[in-house]
This record gives sequence, C-alpha cells and structure tokens, in this order.
Amino acid sequence: MEKLLEVENLTKIFTLGSVLSRVKITAVDNISFFIRPAEIFALAGESGCGKSTTARIIMGFERATSGTIIHNGRREGKNEKVWFTEGIQAIFQDPFATFNPLRTVERYFFETIQNYRLATSKQEAIERIDAKLRLVGLTYDDLAGKYPSEFSGGQLQRISIARALLTDPKLIIADEPVSMVDASLRMSIVNLFKRLRDDFGVSVLYITHDLATAYYVCDRIAIMFRGKIVEMGTVEQVLMAPKHPYTQLLRASIPEADPARRWQGMIRLSDIEQDEYLRQGCRFAGRCPHVMDVCRRVTPPQFDVDGAQVACHLYAEMPRSDEVLIASQGQ
Amino acid sequence: MGDAILRAEALRAFYALDIYGKTKIIQAVNDVDLEIRENEVYGIAGESGCGKSTLLKALAAAIEPPLRLMGGKVVYRVNGAEIDVATLSQEEKRRLRMTYIAYVPQGSMSVLNPVMRIRDTYRDFIESHLDVRQKGEAFALAREHLVELGLPPKILDAYPHQLSGGMRQRVTIALATLLKPRIIIGDEPTTALDVVVQRGVVQLLRDVQSRLKNTIVLVTHDMGVHANIADRIGIMYAGKIVEEASAERIFGAPTHPYTRYLIDSLPRFGDKTPRESVPGSPPSLANPPSGCPFHPRCPHAMEICKREMPGFTRVAPDHRVACWLVGEGSYGKAA
Amino acid sequence: MRLFRDLLRDVRFAVAFWVLCLLLTFAALSLFSPYDPTRWGQVPRDLRPSAEHWLGTDSNGQDVFWNATFAVRNSLIIAVIAGVVSRIIAVIVGMVAGYRGGSWDRALMFLSDSLLVIPLFLIIVMMAMLIRASLNLATLGLLLAFFGWAWDARLIRSQILSLRERDFTQTAILSGTGTLKLVLNEYMPYAMPLIFSTLINNMAWAIGLEITLAILGLLDMSIPTLGTMLYWAINYQAILLGRWWWVLTPITLSVMLFIALYWLSVSISEYLDPRTRVQRVGA
Repeated sequence: MEKLLEVENLTKIFTLGSVLSRVKITAVDNISFFIRPAEIFALAGESGCGKSTTARIIMGFERATSGTIIHNGRREGKNEKVWFTEGIQAIFQDPFATFNPLRTVERYFFETIQNYRLATSKQEAIERIDAKLRLVGLTYDDLAGKYPSEFSGGQLQRISIARALLTDPKLIIADEPVSMVDASLRMSIVNLFKRLRDDFGVSVLYITHDLATAYYVCDRIAIMFRGKIVEMGTVEQVLMAPKHPYTQLLRASIPEADPARRWQGMIRLSDIEQDEYLRQGCRFAGRCPHVMDVCRRVTPPQFDVDGAQVACHLYAEMPRSDEVLIASQGQ
Repeated sequence: MGDAILRAEALRAFYALDIYGKTKIIQAVNDVDLEIRENEVYGIAGESGCGKSTLLKALAAAIEPPLRLMGGKVVYRVNGAEIDVATLSQEEKRRLRMTYIAYVPQGSMSVLNPVMRIRDTYRDFIESHLDVRQKGEAFALAREHLVELGLPPKILDAYPHQLSGGMRQRVTIALATLLKPRIIIGDEPTTALDVVVQRGVVQLLRDVQSRLKNTIVLVTHDMGVHANIADRIGIMYAGKIVEEASAERIFGAPTHPYTRYLIDSLPRFGDKTPRESVPGSPPSLANPPSGCPFHPRCPHAMEICKREMPGFTRVAPDHRVACWLVGEGSYGKAA
Repeated sequence: MRLFRDLLRDVRFAVAFWVLCLLLTFAALSLFSPYDPTRWGQVPRDLRPSAEHWLGTDSNGQDVFWNATFAVRNSLIIAVIAGVVSRIIAVIVGMVAGYRGGSWDRALMFLSDSLLVIPLFLIIVMMAMLIRASLNLATLGLLLAFFGWAWDARLIRSQILSLRERDFTQTAILSGTGTLKLVLNEYMPYAMPLIFSTLINNMAWAIGLEITLAILGLLDMSIPTLGTMLYWAINYQAILLGRWWWVLTPITLSVMLFIALYWLSVSISEYLDPRTRVQRVGA
C-alpha cells in the first residue's frame, strides 16, 4: 500500500502560563495516520481538538514534541525545508488574510515562480500562472495589478488554490478552506479538490469541522477529540455508521438542512474545557452516555471495528488495530 | 402563530462611508418589506455582505452612523399599539431594549465583562433595568432564571474566561431573555461555535421561545440552523428579500433561482451526487446591478430582469417570491 | 504625486509642510551669509533690529539673522543624522528580534531594555563631557543616535511579532520567499508609518536634547546651533537687559520647528495607517 505522507505517534505539548503556574496542554496526543496518493483525507473535529496544530506541524511551521513525519518515503529532518515545501502546499481558512492586503496578489505568483525557478521569461511565467488560474475558473487578466480587497472571499480562495498549484504539489493541506466562504460558493471550492484528485492525482489533507462537506468530498476521515484520534476509516464507515460515542454525538449534532428532521432531546456540554485536556483515561468519559469504570482510568487503544479504527473501550472484544496491522504485514 | 409584532415597510438603510474625500454609499438594505409575527421564529438567510446584519440593526432600532435610514419605516406593536421606531426618543428606545426587544450578538465577549464575575454582570443588568432594592434579590432572580433555562447556577461565580465558548453564549442568551422580551434578535449567535455546542445553543433558543411564546428573529448563513429552528425564512440577496416562505417550503419547494442554488448546493449525508455552487460572485452593495440584482448570475435571466426589479408573487399561501419567472409581482408590495 | 496631493488636503500637513519649507529656505540662506559664523565682533554689539541688521545684533558682535540661518542649518543636520542613524539601528534590531525570535530576540531586547532603564540624560551629559573636545555636528548626531533607537526598536519588534502570525507570512514562506525578502516585502509596508513617525519624533527629540546640552554649556560654543544661540543669550542676561530679539529668535525658530515636525509626523502616520490604507488601495 503506497503512502504519500505518514504521521507516526505525533505529539505536541504546549506550555502555558508563567513560571509559577505552568500548565501543560497536550494539543496533539500520540496520533498516527497516513495519506495515500490521490486521496482526500479529512482531519475533523471541533475547535481545540488539535487538527490545525497537526497541519502546522506537517507544514513545518511548528515543531513536534515527539513523533515522526514521513513524506515521499523520507523522514522529516533538519535543513530539509526545501524538499518539504516543494511537495506540499497549503490553503488557509481566511482568504482575506492569505494575502498581504498592501500588496498586489500577482506578486505572490511571480515570487513563487521566481523562487522555484519555474519559468525562464516573464512571458512563460504569465502563461504558467494563467494555466493554473484557468483550473480554478479565472484568468491572469482577472488578477493583474489587483489588490486582495478587490476580490470576493470565494474568488480569493480559488486564487489561493491556484497559487498553491504553481509548484505542482503532490499534497495540499487545506485548513478549513470553506468555513469562511459563503455557503452558495462552497461547492465551487470543494469540487475543485475533487477535480485535483481525479484529474491530477493530488492528495488533499482536508482539515474541517464541517462533516457534511467532509462526507461529500473525502475518501477517508479521522475524527479528533481533545488531541486524540477517536475514530478513523472511510467516510461511509465513520459518518454513516459512527461507532465512537463522540462521533455519534458529533454526527447527531450536525444541523441537517431538512426541517422535517430537527434535533430531538437535549445534550450535555462540557462547562469548562481545560478539564477535558487534563483528564486521565478517555477524555470523553465526562460526557459519554456509555461511560464505564475503565474509561476513567485507562486511555483506550484503537480497536478494529468493521475496518474502522475506534479508540473506545466499548469495543474491547475487537482486535486491536496495531495487531491487525502486524498480522496483515505478516501475510 | 399570531399577528404581526414587527413590520418593516419599504425599508432602506445605507452606509455612507467617507474615505479620504470620496463618499462611498453602500446600499445594505434596499427596499425591504417584512412582517414578523408573534410567537414565531423568523430566519433571515443570505451570504456575507448581503445586508442581513444591517437589516437586523434596523429592526432592532440600532441605526447609528455611518448607517443611515434612507426611507421607509420599522413598526413595533407594543401592547396592541403600533409604534413607528423613528419617532422614539433615545430614552424610550433604551427602555424598550431588553424589556421588549433583546439582542444576542455573535460573540459573547462584547456583553460579558471579562474582569467581572457573571453574577456581577447580572446584578448590573438587573439593577439598571428593574427596580430591585436588595442585593440578594437580584442574585436570587438571576439564579432562578438560570435554573429555569437548565444552566448550572454555579457559573454565576465564574469569570467569563473560565467558561467554555458555548456556555458563555448561553449565559449571554440567558441574560438577554431575563426580562422576558417579546422579541429576541440574534445576529449569527451560533456561528463561532462548534457543532455540538451550537446544537446546545439552538436548543436553548428554541426552549426559550416555546416558554415565552415570543418572537425570535435569527440571522445566520447556516441553512442547517435555519432548518432546525425557523418557522419562516426570508432569503436575502444584495439588500433585498427575494423569497419568503415557511421552512418546509424553502427547503422543499424553493422557487427563486438563487434559493434553489442555495438549497441544492447544501451537502447531505448519504448523498454524494455532484453539487454546484451559484455561478459568479456576489455583487458589491456599493454598486449593485440594475433591475433584479441576481440577474448577472442567473441562468434564466431575461431582458426584463436587467431593467426592473420584480415585485412579490404569491406562489402558495405564505410563500412569496420576487422573480419575473413566476409572475408579474402584483402581490406583496405594500403600495 | 497622488500621495502628496492627498496629504496636502490635511490642514496640519499643509501648515507643517510650508513651515518646514520656510525653515529649510532659511537654513539654505546661510550659504549666502556675508559673515563668518565662527568669528565674533564682526558687527557693532547689541543693536536693535534695523534695516541693516534685520534681527539686530548680539553681545558677541554677530548679526542675529545670519547667525540664526547657521543655527537652524546645524540643528537640522544634527537631527537628521541622529534620526536616520537611529532609525537604521531600530529597524535592524526590531526586525531581527521580531522575526528570528529566540536567543537573538532575548539578547537584542536585553540591550534595548538596558538603554531604556539607564538614566539616559545623565549618560549623555557624561558622554558629552568626556568627548567634548571632538564634539562636532556629526559626532553629536551619532551620540544621540546611539541612545535614541531602543524604544522604537521595541515598537517595530512588536509589530513584526504580530505580522509573523498572520497567514500571509505563511503564504510567502510557501511561495519559497527567503527571510530577508519576506521581511522587506511583506512587513516593510506595515512598518513604514511607524518608521516615518518615529523618525520625525526622534528628530524633534534630538533638537530638544541638543538645546538642553547647549544650555548646560556642554557643546562647542563656537558652532552656532539653536541651542548655543540660546546659551549665549542667557549667558549675557539678554532677557534682563531687554534684548528680546536675541532671545526670541532661537525660541521662535525652535517652536516653529517642533510644531512643524509634530504635525508632519501625526498626519503622515495617519495617512499611512494600514487600516485606512487598505480601504484606499483599489477602492
């Protein structure tokens, strides 16, 4: 099984507060996942679950406390930023913050081409820029000489994707790419990812809290909760038949665009968030309807449930995911 | 569902911005007719920059420069009598606020003072709106109200930063509903929240509404939230309401081309069929297109669409659409 | 040119600009002076203003008008040297500390904090006394520059710190832009108003300090500056003896200079403020 990017036992601990009242927050807690070539992989969860921190570590903007990232079969190491950014590009959440408002947008395109030596003449550079912009439904003439404030959010996000495509990356990290784009324009962005995957073999790490678009566009999904991956599998497995109680809660909380199916019943919310980071054992135990004694003491390992990996003691009789992996490699 | 409690007639509210000598007019609310009834949840949907937040400001009688009322009026019905908001003095407006009409903003931090305990915010609020003599009385009132809404009373002793975002937002809603206002106006009250928390907040709003039998006007761009709470929905585009109907009909039988795109582009679980966005880009309110503002993006645009804005056509009871495709637009214009 | 036209619409800028032009012309007149500013006794002493001596003469036997042209010129030279050199130090220190962070940041900020907490005025007075013999316009400007960058370096650093967290920094990094180009291209447009307004403020500060040092008698008194003119006037009891023309000339000129510099700084920084600027570009 080919893997484009593999994340192994990644952990990131932030230290907050002053010398006297130091609090350690484990933003990312020993997570592992991989992305195949030409695959859209979602890292989903609520704010503060560690999904954006994971993305920042993969992009090299943050250093992991421990764990490794393997990209194209090579381990991440010091002084290797160049190969690293060449294969990976990123798209950010706020399209208006992606570009410096005091500079014209095209400058970023020319700089990318210059820095990566993608063209030998200005004419060639413009042709390349135009070709990438046409992929996202724009042309170079739409862009020439304009500042970010002259575009709409949806346009800027597509321009941002075109810029990312300039270097022909194999992996695009998209951090909440549509959450600040109008609902009526979201699909144009999301459909672009599909096209990049199907026509150009680009993989996308799609970081989102929006499970509905994740279901629409992604192949596999990992649900994160307070720094841990609680459930991982194909979107069909995870979103249509969620197994972890947290995924079930999350799935049931998505407001469906159908007045006939409104939410029923009340739910419990955590009053104070920090508690859940510091909790021993399963971090969802405080709110879980199926909580058992063991949940409060032991951090659940991942179990293999119908092909999906679920970190929950409810499935303790299932085989553990790491054992299944070893068994499959032994064959 | 009862009589109209809040009415907007040919409402026009523009921003006049002065940018280094050049005046820029932004036609944020342009000719809106609206009737919101007692005991209903009215949702206003539209994309960012369509003027929905400005409409809310106008409805809440909170028009302040650079926003200006250019025409039309907003009418409240208070205790059976109709009041034109423009005739109210500042003091009368202040009194109506919170007791008659309450406002829930997107972020709770503008309401809750970060250096005060929740109980002190409550006490200040109660003392400025009610005639409460004793210190304990205000506190008891706050406590009682929180319990009624199913919130843990111990949060009164917390500082805002100690509460989660969802709890803060619910405290804000609790504060806004303390005086049992007849109208609650919410401007994207759930947008900054996570889905699980959002569900809790929407439930609370629904709960408050069924308890007080009052009116909620809710602005959000999230159609899922509208589907879950709104009785009637108005779809806003470029400063105008283009379609208005019950939630069932907006989602089940959308008629305006824009609404159809909006509903069809929503991703649904268990359905991976390709979905399309609305083509083109949203118009600038500083320079809106002539005629029907949607015509540059509309696949069905006709000659007349470029020239003239259609009036409302009634396609079903309680379902009005402003589109030349469905009729001449004889219904709905107040005039 | 559009920038200049826009700025002139601001009354404060227009007044400041024309006053400064006037003062510069005044300073330029020193080139045509019939007298040598370093020599005394060239004209009769203590004459009131007249057609021959427009602003009278002083007790040293110098023409006040022509002497003042030298004074304005020399004070401006000191201010420009101090302002420009300290700006260069402040920008480099602020940007390195802000962008590189870590131990660079700690070391540089320790340096600037040290400069901020020591009683600056006393140190400058001491230094001035020590190197008094070699204290000409350039060395005085450099001395003031050395002590005048610390606070502004901190301001620039904090601005870079907040810009570093903006998404467009990451866009630039992902575009393969190197550190130096990134700082110059992405951050300079934001730092410019700060650099400009602190430059002008720093010049005003340098002129003020020069006047103070001169009144204390710590400068080379044969070089006419606004400060040394005041020093001699006070030294000869000009106020007491009613020689108002001698005292009022340097005072009026310095007040005009201070007000012009202040208004210039306020209106330019308002104009260059990124928040209003974003609305203007492509509006």
